[in-house]
Amino acid sequence: MTNVITDDKIPNNVNLSGDKRLQRALEAWQPKFIDWWKEMGPAPWNEKDIYLRTAISVETEGWANFDYVKMPDYRWGIFLEPKKEGRLHHFGDNMGQPVWDEVPGEFRNMLRRLIVTQGDTEPASVEQQRKLGETAPSLYDLRNLFQVNVEEGRHLWAMVYLLHTYFGRDGREEAEELLQRRSGDADKPRILGAFNEPTSHWVSFFMFTMFTDRDGKYQLAALAESAFDPLARTCRFMLTEEAHHMFVGETGVQRIVKRACELMKQEPNGDVRKAGGVDLPTIQKYLNLWYTLSLDLFGGEVSSNAADAFASGLKGRYKEDRYDEHKLVGSHFAMDVLENGKVIHKDVPMRNALNEVLRTEYIKDCQRGVDRWNKTIREEGIEHELKLPANKFHRQIGMWSGHFFTPDGEMIDQAAFDARRTEWLPNEADETYIKSLMQPVYERGKMANWIAPPIKGINGLPGDFEYVKLP
Amino acid sequence: MDKPSADGGPTRFETHPSRYKHWKLAVTGELATLTMAVDDEHPHKPGYELKLNSYDLSVDIELADAILRLRFEHPEVKCVVFTAELDRVFCSGANIYMLGLSTHSFKVNFCKFTNETRIYLEDASANSGLASLCACKGTTAGGGYELALACDETMLVDDGNSAVSFPETPLLAVLPGTGGLTRLVDKRKVRRDRADVFCTTAEGIKGKRAKEWGLVDHVVSRSSWDATVTERAKSLSAKQTVTRGPAVELPALSAKVEANGVKYRYVELQVDRTARTGELTVRGPEASDVLDFTTPETWSLHAFRELDEALLRLRFDFPEIGMIAVRTVGDPKLVVLHDELLATTTTGFAREIRLLQRRVLKRFDNTARSFYAVADSAQSCFAGSLLELALGADRFYMLIDGDQKIGVATSVANAGFNVMSSGLSRLGARFYGDPELATAVLQRGAPKPKSPRGAIALPPERAKLLAEHPAYKLAMSIEMIPSEEAEKLGIATIAADDIDFGDELRIALEERASLSPDALTGMEQSLRFVGPETLETKIFGRLSAWQNWIFTRPNSTGEHGALTLYGKPERPQFGWKRT
Repeated sequence: MTNVITDDKIPNNVNLSGDKRLQRALEAWQPKFIDWWKEMGPAPWNEKDIYLRTAISVETEGWANFDYVKMPDYRWGIFLEPKKEGRLHHFGDNMGQPVWDEVPGEFRNMLRRLIVTQGDTEPASVEQQRKLGETAPSLYDLRNLFQVNVEEGRHLWAMVYLLHTYFGRDGREEAEELLQRRSGDADKPRILGAFNEPTSHWVSFFMFTMFTDRDGKYQLAALAESAFDPLARTCRFMLTEEAHHMFVGETGVQRIVKRACELMKQEPNGDVRKAGGVDLPTIQKYLNLWYTLSLDLFGGEVSSNAADAFASGLKGRYKEDRYDEHKLVGSHFAMDVLENGKVIHKDVPMRNALNEVLRTEYIKDCQRGVDRWNKTIREEGIEHELKLPANKFHRQIGMWSGHFFTPDGEMIDQAAFDARRTEWLPNEADETYIKSLMQPVYERGKMANWIAPPIKGINGLPGDFEYVKLP
Repeated sequence: MDKPSADGGPTRFETHPSRYKHWKLAVTGELATLTMAVDDEHPHKPGYELKLNSYDLSVDIELADAILRLRFEHPEVKCVVFTAELDRVFCSGANIYMLGLSTHSFKVNFCKFTNETRIYLEDASANSGLASLCACKGTTAGGGYELALACDETMLVDDGNSAVSFPETPLLAVLPGTGGLTRLVDKRKVRRDRADVFCTTAEGIKGKRAKEWGLVDHVVSRSSWDATVTERAKSLSAKQTVTRGPAVELPALSAKVEANGVKYRYVELQVDRTARTGELTVRGPEASDVLDFTTPETWSLHAFRELDEALLRLRFDFPEIGMIAVRTVGDPKLVVLHDELLATTTTGFAREIRLLQRRVLKRFDNTARSFYAVADSAQSCFAGSLLELALGADRFYMLIDGDQKIGVATSVANAGFNVMSSGLSRLGARFYGDPELATAVLQRGAPKPKSPRGAIALPPERAKLLAEHPAYKLAMSIEMIPSEEAEKLGIATIAADDIDFGDELRIALEERASLSPDALTGMEQSLRFVGPETLETKIFGRLSAWQNWIFTRPNSTGEHGALTLYGKPERPQFGWKRT
């Protein structure tokens, strides 16, 4: 039986029905994707009706279509922001020249690598989160999890579309391998380290969507500036969906924080754990862990790849238009670097510092989220502040890896770090405790004890709406 | 000695596993593991960090030392496994920032040294029963893959991500500098159109295709990795038929570094910086030296190890000394005695000494300096293994003395074992057009057992021990070929009497030192390697011709060249004219 790809099955704005080559590629790939989803996705939930948002067009009213759907039947679509005629390179060495509608041969490998690396993270997170449905704190959260999952699936489709359409046979092979690598797999792990750690409970899930998906936002935003126009247009549309993921993360943590404060006040001596909540110091530890894992994803502080990608017009800065200067030849970025074992502040050529420039934007964005959590704590009348640790703390990639810093950014030796490690990062006892809290709550409108209810429901619906239909 | 130059000299090529910074050597029974764990904070010279298991001279000096020690100190080892400490990266090749910071002559000599080390690895497999397995559990790029190509077998992890690659051309506008291109098509016999695709795909080729194209021998999953490494290493080990040993520990060379040269026990290099000339003197064995092929102190090993390091120091630390006069001092009978005894000693250790001599003599051939051998004293001893230096030199000047004390003698060392990179003996290369002349020289210069010329002053106990040994009888019966006859036989380039000799030699040295060093390098290398091409001659020839040309072209090292700008904010700009 042949698998027929139609516009109806795969909503798109890329003229799929008129593109035989793309149809044929997707016809071969789509069944493998469904197999992958069934094997590695949230398997026990595949037959349930879930109130999901589906993008069926790029128009304002089209991208947010809410209805019940079974996940394997989700219409993963291919959407690019509509083409703007006459777009020009707006940064890098080729400024002022028309953007590319096809892959320039010179940059084929570099582009493919960028797309594969980005694409690999999308299925990875679905794999990392596949068990979470079993311990959802509410139907509302369960539905949000699945919304995130199907959209990560759609982002994979978006990257696969680019590989199939623009990279020939190599692209098709890479698209297949996106389905063959597995998060945490001993044989074929995902490309980036942070995507091989399981998201074993909901505290980590919310931290992941807050911090790690926010890395995704910044990477997509930088690729959305690309002079390879199909990539830019694809990423711009993906950004609208990524915003929801971060909303899930930021409000998820905010609700845990709120509940911690409530429990502190209820318990005579403020022992949140005794009351079955997640105490603020533990929240701080998970924040430290996921924030620093996510900082790693931006890559080396001083990077020739970053310089190359910018110079050639493949990857810009976050909101490139906000900057005055777009060539960045001769300009510098003042940053901390490690020289002869000491931290010094020095000027690095701007193009080589672009990973750090993007990371700096990201850190500001994260700080805004943490500020809102602290506002919640203050509103609850509690004296406590959550903090982002220093960017040098607990790093595995880049110039700070292999060196040891306190969360305040003070350099220490490994022995001193190891001695205080469990003070700063979750230990096994914390994991055991958090997992002990993870009991599913599938009753409409009910919440697990360790998390506060959301302020409002999905799509203007009430909090006790049946977001997931259970028999 | 001068202050350290931009290239980091003076350079010590001797090291010891206890001092390794970049490799970990572990020996378990028949298997050795060399784990690449490059310490990024200890490069050969300041100015760059050795990230991602990239290497520089300091890393390769340790590698060369480890291979040498496995041959001599761990004869039980039959297979060495190369692996890496990093999880996702095997080796990312030569450090690009190091190349960018280095002078041209340093880059060339760095490549030459790394090439020699890899050829030695192949030599150990071919001749010494020491196979090699490259276990690439992660990205294997550039020089990292060239190390793999020099091994007997290569495994690549099949993790959907790790690839072998030659990114030199697409990323840096240069070539793989360690024989990679030649080994790809000549040794591994990768189809040349596929090799073309491979060498222009910066990210390389991974998984099944890497095996299908013959780039690696095995692609292995992460979970069966360790078991397969052991299985393959044991299989390679089981195939080895040559045995080495007994084990000896290589002693330190104790170089005495001075302002204008370096002195060892048997070898001395002195330079004249104004004249840009140098004197390389190799002393033969003393009668009082221990003549015993169970000790590493034996002249045949120690003197050649010293010569090896002296040649390397000449290459790296004295780039402007272009003209070297090579002299020998000692008793030719003792040299021949050592050669003959060595050749008849059947231990693996003795074989290792001969193989080391052969490699050092090749290092001499491959050194881009003008060498004139000079026999101008009755103390000179161009005999046997030391005659190879005269035969390998670009010219050989001999003084004709009245009482015919100056001469040359041949030994078993000249009869074919000491081949050049071309596979020819130095006599064979010298008389390429007329092999009979080589035979004639061997016959004329060889020891004549029936006409003993008288004993030499060995310590009495040893003389007693050796007196009946055929090698001793041979050595005692050598007949020197005096200078005038040596010229007629085609050994000496010029033989002159004391009226002419001084001026003849002085003018020759001064004239040579005045010629363009670039042209001389090309000319000497073309003339020295007469005869057939081999993998080795191709590797060195192409390094000298193509890579060195490309290294000096604007597209790689000009202001806007790719190597110059690597890691810098600007992208390279090429001139598009092709030759």
